Amino acid sequence: MNMSVDLCGVTLKNPVMTASGTFGAGEEYSEFVDLNKLGAVVTKGVANVPWEGNPTPRVAEVYGGMLNAIGLQNPGIDLFIERDIPFLKQYDTKIIVNVCGHTTEEYVEVVKRLAEQPVDMLEINISCPNVKEGGIAFGQNPKMVETITREIKKYAAQPVIMKLSPNVTDITEMAKAAEAGGADALSMINTLTGMKIDIHRRNFVLANKTGGMSGPAVHPVAVRMVYQTAQAVQIPIIGMGGIMNAEDAIEMILAGATAISVGTANFTNPKVTEEIVDGIAAYMERYQVKDIKELVGAVHD
Amino acid sequence: MHTKFEEMVSIISQEKIAEGIYSMWLCTKEIAAHAKAGQFVSVYSNDGSRLLPRPISICEIEKEKNAIRLVYRIAGKGTAEFSAMCDGMQLKVVGPLGNGFPKKEKKAFLIGGGIGIPPMLQLAKELDCEKQMVLGFRDELFLVDEFEKLGKVYIATEDGSAGTKGNVLDAIRENGITADVIYACGPTPMLRALKNYAAENQIECWISMEERMACGIGACLACVCKSKEKDVHSNVKNKRICKEGPVFLAEEVDF
Repeated sequence: MNMSVDLCGVTLKNPVMTASGTFGAGEEYSEFVDLNKLGAVVTKGVANVPWEGNPTPRVAEVYGGMLNAIGLQNPGIDLFIERDIPFLKQYDTKIIVNVCGHTTEEYVEVVKRLAEQPVDMLEINISCPNVKEGGIAFGQNPKMVETITREIKKYAAQPVIMKLSPNVTDITEMAKAAEAGGADALSMINTLTGMKIDIHRRNFVLANKTGGMSGPAVHPVAVRMVYQTAQAVQIPIIGMGGIMNAEDAIEMILAGATAISVGTANFTNPKVTEEIVDGIAAYMERYQVKDIKELVGAVHD
Repeated sequence: MHTKFEEMVSIISQEKIAEGIYSMWLCTKEIAAHAKAGQFVSVYSNDGSRLLPRPISICEIEKEKNAIRLVYRIAGKGTAEFSAMCDGMQLKVVGPLGNGFPKKEKKAFLIGGGIGIPPMLQLAKELDCEKQMVLGFRDELFLVDEFEKLGKVYIATEDGSAGTKGNVLDAIRENGITADVIYACGPTPMLRALKNYAAENQIECWISMEERMACGIGACLACVCKSKEKDVHSNVKNKRICKEGPVFLAEEVDF
């Protein structure tokens, strides 16, 4: 039984990755999960300098999901290179660094710094709904998606994954724009912009007013978007959005994802990533699937 | 070294001890053995629509029985679900989490306000020094008998139905009591007042902070508070309440 997948020339031992922002740089969850068992760890977004993020409260629970507006708090690329990459290098898993910035120059600066680092891939966050500049501002206009992708590709030493926002009219247009700009893969979906109001205090629950919604309630939206995009582009897709268990992960793979990322579910079950790896293996055994690649995009017209 | 444990624990007993406030003893495997005063646990809902664990402070630890006690207030649907559970039922719990209170050999104030009172009980058990417990309630009292077994207790109630009418600082002033170190847990206005009181009187002051959390283990950066100095981990002036805290030296945090 072969669970390994090829993602733009990088071989992952299995398709299970962590969704950026939910897993830090792996250290905290390493008390619960054997990181050696994961296909890849995708780190929290890192910028050229440290970011303080948004005021609190930064999270709220909603029915079947949650909202977050962390605001990309991060320690900056210097400390990240000094501390977080060496930590992850201790493990037999692939390292995917999520990159954030306010401007193209800031993204490029981080990408350049990572060129010499033992990092397997870059994931470019052009879809964060919780920062005023950068983030989603780059991800809602196909021309900008193509331009920033092309600019980053000029300097990137590793394959580039563009992380797309679902907060658009037609996500396949953004996917095609990223592909045209030279993206090696796509991550989708980032969170859906939401809001929660405290009816007793008659105020917003989040200090940022709006936040990105994630969790099982968004899973069908993500499956639909991954499916549509898989019909529209040739580059591989990393599917994410409300994956809570192996069944959800397999659904995403059948819709067209080559690999999958697990985010919010880590908060509900800190061991979930490892359990999903085992669950996919059990599914493959049950249905006598010899190679997981047989499942990728297996459901279509 | 692994110090946090994910366990299915069973409820030994549960009772309502005041309006909306419940006391639950849980039988753990490792958590009780590793826990100390001021730490908390993440309690997970059995309902799949509620994804995030509820952070609840540890009220008491019985290491020889592998048991911990949680005293919590019903604040929403998750805690309402826990309150409806009975003996023998199971809950997923991760812990112990956070740093806990440092223990100083000095004449101490243990100050709790509202649902910040429970963690002070384990601290009172662990502290082997002269201690005065100052407990602030809105109206209905709880846990007072148990604190009285461990030292002198001063009470403040907002409605004046017991002890000093007012807050914990009113009780301290009315009784003319003093201390060399403060340990406190309670609502933010109380902590803010204690921070000022401690600064004016040059008393070392340790406070337990609260914020909405998601992961509970330091990964998601939801529950940060502002720190006076740049934090080593975050590299900005933010500290993670679930990891560097929840207990901080009052002068080191801004709130």
